Amino acid sequence: MSEALDALYRDILMDHYRNPRGKRKLLNPEIHNHGENPLCGDELEMEIKIDGDRVADIYVSCAGCAVSVSSGSMLAEIIKGKSLAEVKRIARAVKAMLTGGEVIDEIELGDLEVLEGVKKFPVRVKCALLSWATLVNSLESYEHGLETKVSSTE
Amino acid sequence: MNGERMTAIKNGVKIGVGSVMAPAGLDPLVIKGDFPILSRIINGHKLIYLDNAATTQKPSCVISALRNYYENQNANVHRGLHTLAEEATAAFEATRKKVAEFIGSVKPEEIIYTRNATEAINLVAYSWGRHNLKPQDRIVLTEMEHHANLVPWIVLAKETGAELKFIPIDGDGLLDLENIDRIISEDTKLVALTHMSNVLGTINPVAEIARIAHHNGALVLLDGAQSVPHLPVNIKEIDADFYAFSAHKMLGPTGIGILYGRESILQKMEPFLFGGEMISEVDFEKATWNVLPWKFEAGTPNIADAVAYGSALDYLIDLGMEAVRSHEMDLTAYALRKLSELDSIKIFGPMDSRLRGGAISFVDRQIHPHDLATFLDSRGIAIRAGHHCAQPLMRRLGVGSTARASFYIYNTFEEIDEFVGAIAEARRYFVNE
Repeated sequence: MSEALDALYRDILMDHYRNPRGKRKLLNPEIHNHGENPLCGDELEMEIKIDGDRVADIYVSCAGCAVSVSSGSMLAEIIKGKSLAEVKRIARAVKAMLTGGEVIDEIELGDLEVLEGVKKFPVRVKCALLSWATLVNSLESYEHGLETKVSSTE
Repeated sequence: MNGERMTAIKNGVKIGVGSVMAPAGLDPLVIKGDFPILSRIINGHKLIYLDNAATTQKPSCVISALRNYYENQNANVHRGLHTLAEEATAAFEATRKKVAEFIGSVKPEEIIYTRNATEAINLVAYSWGRHNLKPQDRIVLTEMEHHANLVPWIVLAKETGAELKFIPIDGDGLLDLENIDRIISEDTKLVALTHMSNVLGTINPVAEIARIAHHNGALVLLDGAQSVPHLPVNIKEIDADFYAFSAHKMLGPTGIGILYGRESILQKMEPFLFGGEMISEVDFEKATWNVLPWKFEAGTPNIADAVAYGSALDYLIDLGMEAVRSHEMDLTAYALRKLSELDSIKIFGPMDSRLRGGAISFVDRQIHPHDLATFLDSRGIAIRAGHHCAQPLMRRLGVGSTARASFYIYNTFEEIDEFVGAIAEARRYFVNE
């Protein structure tokens, strides 16, 4: 098997793809948002329950490729229970890792580091970023009391 | 088994695909030798190129024609009074004649060089459409159009107030002609459809549709980007008014497209672009237009690629388009059968290889097309995954995207075995079973 392929589809990523986390629908979530990459055909639904300044619970459902599904699953796992400020720092770090942008904070990304293999497949970076872009847009809309819009990374 | 098949094809005798005969004179293994890129190793595997509906590979003769033109003949065409200019003009116009001959012996004046099929269709939308359509006129398209034969008409309809109507497709991916008499009405001014679908592979009954269109006084434009490279096409028999296609999908270079237009219609049309080459006489305040076909070819054209396209046509003429079609029908029938043996695969488009060309779109019930394409690429197998520039059709089929394998003259049965085998392997990689 090719090394690049295995670097993309790492065991952890495939585990998240086959058994995505955050699949339980929420009761009265404060945030309900959609993401879609029409060129890929990927679609994502996200709900977030906010408690004070924390993410109490999150639901992510993604119909898409292994990269977008697993990225959404890892997102659900890592941000649950975190403060909104922490969540935003993590989202920034993930984006920096995937797009080669400037790393502002040194953050332990845990499982998310497997997404680094996506960088070798430039057309797939948008797949990995879809759930994160949807999350960031959702939080911004929530904090500014705006209507949420469908997010996209295409 | 694979070895036997190869020999069988070589000798032109009966092979293991129903009662289909391998065509005499078309040997994909010999043909492969003419394409330098096909010996490339991709990710540790010999390249299996199954993305021919997107673009085909180029034989050595086309690559050397390009090189030869720049090394020996390069000059600007027309009006040159020196040897190189005369040679370049002769070579440029020789391809035009070859194209005219290739698609059913039309007149060379009816062949207009463009950048690609998309530009050819846009030329008609701008030069014919904007002067001939008014509110309530109707443009008829089909549900299986490539964006190239959809978006120009959406824009034109918006500008002129004309309405768009679509011929639907049925469950087999064929055009549903049941209500055709209501769809193509007396208000219809243009029927624009693909000769062969880039997604479903469907070959449409274009001569029949042209007859109905003409009966209602409408013109017919055919998108031939997928048909001219793969089928014998005779525009006179089809009786099309406009016919668009691209060189790069038929062994030629990128950057050359062809618009065929019926002479009497082209004569009445205004130019598309304005400037040099396309004029007859220019004064400070007025200009008159050049004769056909140059009226539609403003500015210095893509001379080198047009010249090299002539070599691509020679290559296909040598093989014979009947033989090309026959080889692809065999490959398609075989691939459809092998893919159908995989329970997880759903194929879109007709299952009868006589009704279709060699572009096969499919999905795996569990593996996303992009994951499948990435996996196959790791095996050196190039396919396409996505919406294939046909988003409305994707919605009609109820999918976001599909995987697509598409064949050409250099593909073999053995490559199809490897392709189908790699899909089975991808399932072991991606799916818990």
